[in-house]
Amino acid sequence: MNPPVIELHQVERRFGTLAAVDGVSFRVERGELFGLTGHNGAGKSTLFKMMLGLLEPSAGSVRVLGTPTRGAAFRAVRRRIGYLPEQLALYDNLSGAETLAYFARLKGANAQQVVPLLDKVGLAHAAQRRVGTYSKGMRQRLGLAQALLGDPQLLFLDEPTNGLDPEAIHAFYQLLAELRAQGVSMILTSHILAEIQQRVDRVAILKAGKLAALGSVAQLREAAALPLGVTLSTSRPLTADELARLDRHAPLRQAADAGQLQLACPPLAKMALLAEVAALGAAVRDVRLAEPSLEDVILGYAGVTP
Amino acid sequence: MIDLVAIRTVAAKEFRDRLRNRWVLAVSAVFTLFALVIAYFGAAQQGEVGLRGIEVTIASLVSLVIYLIPLIALLLGFDAIVGERERGSLELLLSLPISRAELLLGKYSGLAAALSMATLAGFGVAGVLLATRLPFAALYHYAGFMLSALLLGLAFLSLALLVSVLCGDRTRASGAAIALWFFFVLVFDLLLLGLLVIQGDGPAGSLLPWLMLLNPADLFRALNMFGSDELRAFYGLGSVLPDLMTQPLLLGGLLTGWIVAPLAVALWRFR
Repeated sequence: MNPPVIELHQVERRFGTLAAVDGVSFRVERGELFGLTGHNGAGKSTLFKMMLGLLEPSAGSVRVLGTPTRGAAFRAVRRRIGYLPEQLALYDNLSGAETLAYFARLKGANAQQVVPLLDKVGLAHAAQRRVGTYSKGMRQRLGLAQALLGDPQLLFLDEPTNGLDPEAIHAFYQLLAELRAQGVSMILTSHILAEIQQRVDRVAILKAGKLAALGSVAQLREAAALPLGVTLSTSRPLTADELARLDRHAPLRQAADAGQLQLACPPLAKMALLAEVAALGAAVRDVRLAEPSLEDVILGYAGVTP
Repeated sequence: MIDLVAIRTVAAKEFRDRLRNRWVLAVSAVFTLFALVIAYFGAAQQGEVGLRGIEVTIASLVSLVIYLIPLIALLLGFDAIVGERERGSLELLLSLPISRAELLLGKYSGLAAALSMATLAGFGVAGVLLATRLPFAALYHYAGFMLSALLLGLAFLSLALLVSVLCGDRTRASGAAIALWFFFVLVFDLLLLGLLVIQGDGPAGSLLPWLMLLNPADLFRALNMFGSDELRAFYGLGSVLPDLMTQPLLLGGLLTGWIVAPLAVALWRFR
């Protein structure tokens, strides 16, 4: 069995009396696309910095590609990882090709990679233009190309699709899918949860520096047992008796408004509720079910009722 | 272990940036222009125009350079680390296989190369233009002046990088850089002079010349003092220097210490 690419054991980081990260343990397996999420200030950035060896843990251990981030041996690991920071700052006075050449030299990567990488992220046409003239999306793609220098085995992507338009986001995830197919492991953070929930294998939810939940999105959803959102469109106002029968299975969330009815249905009551809805016959014109999104799940773990 | 390739990569980028945005060209031109103007018109106040003796010319150049070079070096270097930190590029750089020490040394080397090139080219061009009009011995003094101006610049660049490491944001770093300039170039000598007036005959009076070692600008001034006593009087405070401190090698060594020490502290504090 392959060793995990990231291994956190009881990691803690204090700033004065504040514990920004408090006793976090998890592993990211080889080939996995792992999501890290939580509110602002939950400790995502601090944890990311520790995994990149930019910040030392106050306690616990962080191993990346089998090597402790503390110590001289980690330097060699830095050649085998790629990092796309959230606040991506590049040098406006350099061209795209010069930027990559500079980072390639610092990373000890082959300079021959520059042209194919620019091509890969769709920037071949702008290779000789100054980065100062790039759009936000182009900068982000150049940032990704930078992270891919030296064919890394593990990518750290911090809010990678921040500021990209939907088309660019789609292209970005397509590229990630290609990289995964080549066996690259990835850990990414995103606050746009809808975006990552279909793409990550597993997700870790941080809350106030602690690990609030860990698992696949389906597992988390099940464990959270969040109600489904049910919306009924009715052709006539329902009687009090009919409303009471529905309410027995799924509490009425919102008073009827012009033929619309919203219910919060616990996962296990779904079939019973649908039977009641079917019994209403022609009074119901349409039923819509909304699965709780990862966002709802996270809000649930963060202690907010969706 | 220090990786020279990493240092050279960072240094080359910094140097190329300064060439490309014409910083080197602009500063060289300023130096050439000032040197020529001072050589020809330095005595205009006395009602004369034209080349004078090299001692007087260098004395005039020294009093200009002592203001100009520290300011240029501080402005060149204060942004080096804090700028990357504030923009957010420092994190990305440090995630690469380059240590903080290598990054700092690379930044210093690249900026030092740009400053050295501007100093040598600027005063060098002026020197070549003056060479036809001055005796060979004068050029020897002029070369000494150029070398000491170079050391002065490198010392203040080293201070600038220390400021850049210690300050949390660019605004504070630029404030600290200007404050250092005021202190070393304007305030320090005034304080010493004040002390001399109050304590001239007392024990502090004999201590005074040694206190000048605590200022790279004063070391530079002392390095360029030679010739007649008359000329020494021209330098004011410099004329109280004991003989030991007119040794160019010693003074040059001390000025080099001002290059090494701030950089060493910066390396230690860069976390």
